[in-house]
Amino acid sequence: MNDMRIAERTVSTNTAKITARGVQVYYGENHALKDVDIDILSGTVTAFIGPSGCGKSTFLRCLNRMNDTVASARVLGEIKLDGEDIYDKRVDPVTLRARVGMVFQKPNPFPKSIYDNVAYGPKIHGLTRNKTELDEVVETSLRKAALWNEVKDRLTAPGTGLSGGQQQRLCIARAIATSPEVLLMDEPCSALDPIATAQVEELIDELRSQFSVVIVTHSMQQAARVSQRTAFFHLGNLVEYGETGQIFTNPRDPRTESYITGRIG
Amino acid sequence: MNSEKHIVSAFDRDLEAVQALVMKMGGLVEAAMLDAAQALDTRDEELAARVRQDDKAIDALEEQIQQECARLIALRGPTASDLRTVLSVMRIAANLERCGDYAKNLAKRSVVLSQMSPIDGAAGSIRRMARSVVILLKDALDAYIARDARMAADVRLRDHEVDQMYNALFREFLTHMLEDARNITACMHLHFIAKNIERVGDHATAIAEQVIYLVEGRMPEDERPKESGISALSAASIRQE
Repeated sequence: MNDMRIAERTVSTNTAKITARGVQVYYGENHALKDVDIDILSGTVTAFIGPSGCGKSTFLRCLNRMNDTVASARVLGEIKLDGEDIYDKRVDPVTLRARVGMVFQKPNPFPKSIYDNVAYGPKIHGLTRNKTELDEVVETSLRKAALWNEVKDRLTAPGTGLSGGQQQRLCIARAIATSPEVLLMDEPCSALDPIATAQVEELIDELRSQFSVVIVTHSMQQAARVSQRTAFFHLGNLVEYGETGQIFTNPRDPRTESYITGRIG
Repeated sequence: MNSEKHIVSAFDRDLEAVQALVMKMGGLVEAAMLDAAQALDTRDEELAARVRQDDKAIDALEEQIQQECARLIALRGPTASDLRTVLSVMRIAANLERCGDYAKNLAKRSVVLSQMSPIDGAAGSIRRMARSVVILLKDALDAYIARDARMAADVRLRDHEVDQMYNALFREFLTHMLEDARNITACMHLHFIAKNIERVGDHATAIAEQVIYLVEGRMPEDERPKESGISALSAASIRQE
């Protein structure tokens, strides 16, 4: 474990990367998210915690407009990435998702080679000019995802042949290959064993120097381990948002206290 | 403070068990303090020996509490008020262990003192002071069980009274020693006893502060009234000139 934990608390000086104001989400008649205001900071890992159905994944999916793909979903309010409204008509959601990458609960590599899995994003977004550049992007992404040493000799092997933990790191490599500014992770470790989980957590901590990371997790210990900021959602409301150490030692809202201490809320 | 039950009821049982151990320890320390003061007052060497013997049980309880807390942290991963409960239990146990040592020390000195000619009124005053400090300790522990920050704040303020009793005794002993040099050995022992009882008051205050930390999530920041023996000593030396 990093011994600079105390220094890491001083994230308040970081600027806001994403600002959300009055965000409401409806799935048909169901009011899933109620009036959420939050500033996601740059260079910071932010954890969203809360019981199932509290709206945390819904909110995460608002941040790169994944809810656009849900026909019944309506998103109201304002979400800005670097001061730019991401729900503006002129914003191309595909370009947005290159800037705000996502890693899902279950590793979902493409049925392609390890190399092609990582090269896919940079290729479709035209981020590289030639094969050499693409090779470089693939290597750096795999290195950042702490997977390079394990796969460098079998880049042409199918991505689906890797172990679960390796597949998830491959998905992370794929997500960071387009050089996103924000990385959204929806329960990235729920299908992984403790060792693979530790590797992904270590990776998240390293990624923080280059991206904002937002992670949804059901494991409160994981939220406590990896994040500097924690947001607690309950019944569609953002109940409390603050420095992770404060949330886990002295939460201000009784609902947060009930949830994190494992009491019936 | 959250009074609701945990979903995992074994967690509640563990927390309650460790707090019950602290209360048991508190009861033993209070009794040891009162018995030691009585042994001094009544020159009861048998009682003094029992107090010294019983300190082993207090030490063993402290050890057990620290082990249970380490287990709880490792196995249950307490957070928020649960974490503060465990942390405060560990600190309170350490405070009580120290108080037990002071009672034991008092008992030891009472045996030595019973071989000497008594100093007028001293043993009675010590006993009254011990009673006051035990009430303080008891109130601090009651505040802990009730999670009563106001009661704890009151204990913090009342420690001042024990400090004043100590200062008064200190002056008294100085006077005895100035009057007759043959009183010096006994008065030195009595002074250490008074100082130790005064220290028990400080531990009661520390426990009260843990209660405030437990309830409010932060240590009290305001200064409490303090009076050290230093002023009494300088007053005495002026008188001597």
